Amino acid sequence: MKIALNVNGRVQEVDVGDPSTPLLYVLRNELGLHGPRFGCGLGQCGACMVHIDGEPTFSCVLPVIALGSRKVTTLEGLLVDGKPGKLQQAFIDEEAAQCGYCISGMVMRAQSLLDAKPHPTDEEIRNHMATNLCRCGTHIAIMRAIRRAATA
Amino acid sequence: MNSRFDLSRRDVLKAGSAMVVAFSLVGASRSSAGEDPVAKPVDLDQVDSFLSIDDKGAVTLFTGKVDLGTGIRIGLQQIVAEELDVPLAVMSTVEGDTALTPDQGPTYGSQSIQIAGATIRQAAATARSALLDQAAQRLAAAKTDLTVADGLVSAPDGRRVSYAELIGGKSFSLKLDPLAAPKNPSLYKVVGKPIPRRDIPEKLTGRFTYVHDFRRPGMLHGSVIRPPALGADLETVDENSVKNIPGYLRIVRDGNFLGVVTETEWAAVRVARELKTTWSKSATLPEQDRLWDHVRATRVIKDDVTSNVGDSEGALAKAKTRISATYDFAMHTHGSIGPSCAISEFKDGKLTCWTASQATHNLRKQLALMLSLPLESVRCIYVEGAGCYGRNGHEDAAADSALLAQVAGRPVRVQWSRADEHGWDPKGAPTLIDLKAGFDERGNITVWQSDFFIPQGAAGNVDLIAATLSGKPRDNLISPGGITGDSAIPYQFPNVKTVCRRLETTPLRPSWIRTPGRMQNTFGNECFVDELAAALKEDPLEFRLKHIDATDRRGRELLERLRDIAAWKQGPAHSKPRASGILTSSILKGRGISYVKYELVRTYVGIVADVEVDIGLGDVRVTKVFVVHDCGQIINPNGVRAQIEGSVIQTVSRVLKEEVMFDRGMVTSLDWATYPILRFPELPELVIDLIDRPTEKPWGAGEPSAAVVPSAISNAIYDASGARLRSVPFKRAKVKAALQSI
Repeated sequence: MKIALNVNGRVQEVDVGDPSTPLLYVLRNELGLHGPRFGCGLGQCGACMVHIDGEPTFSCVLPVIALGSRKVTTLEGLLVDGKPGKLQQAFIDEEAAQCGYCISGMVMRAQSLLDAKPHPTDEEIRNHMATNLCRCGTHIAIMRAIRRAATA
Repeated sequence: MNSRFDLSRRDVLKAGSAMVVAFSLVGASRSSAGEDPVAKPVDLDQVDSFLSIDDKGAVTLFTGKVDLGTGIRIGLQQIVAEELDVPLAVMSTVEGDTALTPDQGPTYGSQSIQIAGATIRQAAATARSALLDQAAQRLAAAKTDLTVADGLVSAPDGRRVSYAELIGGKSFSLKLDPLAAPKNPSLYKVVGKPIPRRDIPEKLTGRFTYVHDFRRPGMLHGSVIRPPALGADLETVDENSVKNIPGYLRIVRDGNFLGVVTETEWAAVRVARELKTTWSKSATLPEQDRLWDHVRATRVIKDDVTSNVGDSEGALAKAKTRISATYDFAMHTHGSIGPSCAISEFKDGKLTCWTASQATHNLRKQLALMLSLPLESVRCIYVEGAGCYGRNGHEDAAADSALLAQVAGRPVRVQWSRADEHGWDPKGAPTLIDLKAGFDERGNITVWQSDFFIPQGAAGNVDLIAATLSGKPRDNLISPGGITGDSAIPYQFPNVKTVCRRLETTPLRPSWIRTPGRMQNTFGNECFVDELAAALKEDPLEFRLKHIDATDRRGRELLERLRDIAAWKQGPAHSKPRASGILTSSILKGRGISYVKYELVRTYVGIVADVEVDIGLGDVRVTKVFVVHDCGQIINPNGVRAQIEGSVIQTVSRVLKEEVMFDRGMVTSLDWATYPILRFPELPELVIDLIDRPTEKPWGAGEPSAAVVPSAISNAIYDASGARLRSVPFKRAKVKAALQSI
């Protein structure tokens, strides 16, 4: 079946063979967006996180047909004229990635905090980021990056 | 002299080529596309195996070591750029492609900089010397008068010649010269600097290609269905249960190996979930509640005595007083955030496998063995995956994809599920440690004795699940990693005996996970050292200073710097005046110290951990950690810091929260709910003091700081509460039990 998706400001038609396909698979395999990543398929780790109408959402458990006309933003959608956005640049400046597999989800999660609250406290950052897992132990660098973007 | 740089294909082949390389690939970054191989040396003694310089001056480093997300790619490039005096901008790296890179062993054990880096530095020093010989001829100048900057060699009279002009695109045809003098560290411009990694901007913008993103033309998707219990046999498969799933193509059954091939990735997920199968009953695992009885009852097949000074048995018998303690450390999973993934393709009977394996050269041999193919017919190409922290499931996913691709006749990508990864990656082996010490009548320690109950084996190949399940050839090894390290101690007592009692088996397939054995052994040792200091009512930091080798200046300096940065003013542990009578708070605070000289021959780490213990709930929170780290010459301080941060945070998680759960048949902790790891609200603060010694050898930094974390936390809990936590992880029930037993 063909469905129209609004992703990163562009409406695109995709052919979905199985209506139960989660959004993540469509983003990665049909639209070639490799920011969102498969981590657990259970909504437990946050590697797949995207924004849907601005809300941070696990794309691995959301059937694509449930999306309707809502707007999807991925890591790629935070680029400004093809260049890293402010938060992405803060992560780059702080080298806040080791393997980096979780990092797209981390950026999307943190962006939703900064959108709602441009100058969060450390405690607010920690609590907000609690949904996302990192195994390399990059958390401290991620905290630095979010703080940097918040104060820049 | 000129002939040295003449490229002749015959010479290259004579020099000992493995096969295959497209010269167009030279200069490609990280991984090649796997097309049309041409010859290139990969022998460990050839400069051409490691380095090439093309006609534009671009320098390519070929290395069997791979960047697992740790930043060694930039570190190794810094070493080469420094020796050759070329800008980092002209450097690129080909990693872990078995056709293009020398086999420098798996990327593990904090050895990439220390071992491989030394070889690469020597290759670059050899290349530089040969280039200068050439330049001296061309410029009619003395070699010693030449200077190099940005790949341009200058004579005193100002005439110049570039590396590109000297060698561009041709081979060195030179053996590594052990006498080629590397650059004097006082002249370093690149080594030791915090050069940013180049992969991070790509990772932050979605432009990086992980193995999970890699695609081949005509590629299909695959997944595997594992037995519900270890040792269970596959009885029936009901293909009709999945035939209607859109994208379904076929089932592949080979003994107890069961996989599916589909047109789409989602179909592969669905088929694996929905396929109806029946398996025989199997119950091969011990009861988890009695794991340590099981370990103690397992047959010991040999004793490895890792240190033996004096007569520890006699000294124990003669001791005026003795203390003893038993420590244990649970099984852990690697917990990669991205489950393992690989792509395999057969062409003309030859297999190419794109994999995030930390050991592509070994994997190549394992795949050839499994498939009964000549080694020359298998090529593994490294493509970065999610961090693995040891031997996780990457190699097994590679074997799965190879079996499926062979049957499918098209390239097949296998993406493991979260449950595949948590359930089937090999585990850090359970470790049980008995420690004893004796004192004379004046309270001097006369003897230290320890027994480590750990599985047999070393850091060999871990058998591929697909080979085991399908009954195909395999190494048939138990390979838990080099887990005897740091069983011996850096302290000097009159009588010392440390013994690794090697067990015939261990409950789950073992492998190395960050700081294998060294973490568990250091946990037992450094906690027991704390117990000795407490028994003698001595300050635990001063106690360590007193008992390390008096000539070990680096160890002494490290402990003294730790005392300074942590503002350590302790006295004996758990001895500070505390509120008497009714407690005003249920939170107790304490700090603990731990120290390691890694494997007694390299990186020094000292650490102080501050903790809060909630005596009502039994919760432990690590609030702040101070680390002093001496790994000799630092190549890239950002990389070292990141490795320390990662080691500390990952290990705090392992110590406070992590334990592989299982029933009699199989692992039951199959997701992040049943195997929780540290989340942001639980993060400690971290203070790091790097000791840089530019004139010393560079040592590893990926593991050593993890070794000291469990013991520092346990010692801090003791300082706070008087309770000794001798069993990792320090979950609530254990903490409460320890508090109640005081």
